[in-house]
Amino acid sequence: MMTNPQQRITQGQFSFLPPLTDAQITAQIEFALRQGWAVSVEYTDDPHPRNTYWEMYGNPMFDLKDPAGILMEINACRRTFPQHYIRVMAFDSSRGWETPRMSYLVNRPDKEPGFRTVRMETEGRSIRYTTERLRSGD
Amino acid sequence: MTKPVDSGVITDAKQRYAAGVLKYKQMGYWQPDYVPKDTDVIALFRITPQEGVDADEAAAAVAGESSTATWTVVWTDRLTDCELYRAKAYRVDQVPNTGAGTSTPAQYFAWIAYDLDLFEEGSIANLTASIIGNVFGFKAVKALRLEDMRIPVAYLKTFQGPATGIVVERERLDKFGRPLLGATTKPKLGLSGRNYGRVVYEALKGGLDFVKDDENINSQPFMGWRDRFLYCVEAVNKAAAATGEVKGHYLNVTSGTMEDMYERAEFARSLGSCIIMIDLVIGYTAIQSMAKWARKNDMILHLHRAGNSTYSRQKNHGMNFRVICKWMRMAGVDHIHAGTVVGKLEGDPLMIKGFYDTLRETHTDMSLEHGLFFDQDWASLRRVMPVASGGIHAGQMHQLIHYLGEDVVLQFGGGTIGHPQGIQAGATANRVALEAMIMARNEGRDYLNEGPQILQEAARWCSPLKAAIDTWGDISFNYESTDTADFVPTATASA
Repeated sequence: MMTNPQQRITQGQFSFLPPLTDAQITAQIEFALRQGWAVSVEYTDDPHPRNTYWEMYGNPMFDLKDPAGILMEINACRRTFPQHYIRVMAFDSSRGWETPRMSYLVNRPDKEPGFRTVRMETEGRSIRYTTERLRSGD
Repeated sequence: MTKPVDSGVITDAKQRYAAGVLKYKQMGYWQPDYVPKDTDVIALFRITPQEGVDADEAAAAVAGESSTATWTVVWTDRLTDCELYRAKAYRVDQVPNTGAGTSTPAQYFAWIAYDLDLFEEGSIANLTASIIGNVFGFKAVKALRLEDMRIPVAYLKTFQGPATGIVVERERLDKFGRPLLGATTKPKLGLSGRNYGRVVYEALKGGLDFVKDDENINSQPFMGWRDRFLYCVEAVNKAAAATGEVKGHYLNVTSGTMEDMYERAEFARSLGSCIIMIDLVIGYTAIQSMAKWARKNDMILHLHRAGNSTYSRQKNHGMNFRVICKWMRMAGVDHIHAGTVVGKLEGDPLMIKGFYDTLRETHTDMSLEHGLFFDQDWASLRRVMPVASGGIHAGQMHQLIHYLGEDVVLQFGGGTIGHPQGIQAGATANRVALEAMIMARNEGRDYLNEGPQILQEAARWCSPLKAAIDTWGDISFNYESTDTADFVPTATASA
């Protein structure tokens, strides 16, 4: 069980807010499209903070400019992976950025087991830390 | 020795280099027809000349004393390509609202161009030894302020620039599309390492991204640096596991010698910290050394601008903070405190926009209302993340995002640790306010005007935010700024 006040993983732009409605997700997609960014959907069952590469639910949608169409992709991903973490990202290709500019969660599993800190004592008082994923049942 | 003291430049070489004293203008440091080269470094000074010294001569004197001149003519100039090495004052404008009819003695903006060969590559120390070296104590001027510099691309390319930069920092932290949130541990002095780490853990677990050592936390009798590092890293890792997010604490490695700083930085790295911190008072060379170390060790480098107000705050003498911003981007820091607009420390909104643009943009256009006197191409030097810290709280979130944008670290020290329901609640209040405001902004709402309402809506389901607004909602720091623009948007450069 997550022990933080939110009792959930707080990655992304909006994890401290109530779960986003489809209308709210659409408004954020529209924002990304107005900036000229490509929206992408990614999912994982391993939300470790250093797990950079979630699985892509298809390539970033460079050529899809219709927010409703993008929302359909997001919802198709949610139907396929209802117990996964799913995030929406927006990629900026402009010079000097060329990096994600948005990232927010749109789906979580019903139970979020979270992580524990594993400590390996080394020289002196130093400790080597590992953040280890917990699974439901741990 | 008689010389035509009041006439212009002396062109006859024999006469020019005869022993004796000449006016700086006559020695060639005033060249109103000079067209700066793309490779010239250009400095813009605000000069208050001594009584009886005309503005052109004062500008020429500044050019002379910051480049090749000494008080008297020396024949050894003739062994060199001295025309090239001489800095050239090429333009002087009276500063608006100074001089006759005002309460301020006449001031002048002077544009001075320096050839690239006057400067050693990759050395802020060398650049500054000329530009702000002897000249600020020079008797011919009553006061002198360095307002801005144009650094040519050719010179910028000799600097590493930010060790990490905004893009890579965000990728490492996995945090996009919103300001980062931080807090400085309080009280700043007196906590033991164990007690100190408690504050770090609570704030990170509650929702902050970073906690920060204060500028004067180094290694004092109440808390040695090794203890602080060990307990803070414990707090960071425990909070990362509790939230599933990357967290960090700026471990201040400032100390008395470079050897000590390297030792502390190495220890921070060995513990797995993602960020270290230094103070501006360690000096330009030490900053550049730490920036190189940070680049080599995948470390984010935070700079606290401790000391800057001793020379940047008064308008007639010293140097403008925007110049420090430029030098620090060249020197290679990743974070720098650059003002809040709405907090407790000095900061006019237009001036602060100029600082932020200087740190974050790949190119800035001349914009006198923001205090930017030159077009500046940053030659792909990475972007520096500005940090807003000092007397800010969640109730100002709409103003902070409006003025400072999303690529900034917002640091709420008192606003987190002083929260009536505790540190975690304080952190949560800040994060909820931030996310609600970013969401509203992206949705296209008029968040600046609707800000208080947006916060109230979120406070309905977030009691920590409600408590924060009830406690600090009306707190503001409305003092007049001392460092303001000389130009209003409608004025032109020569107005």
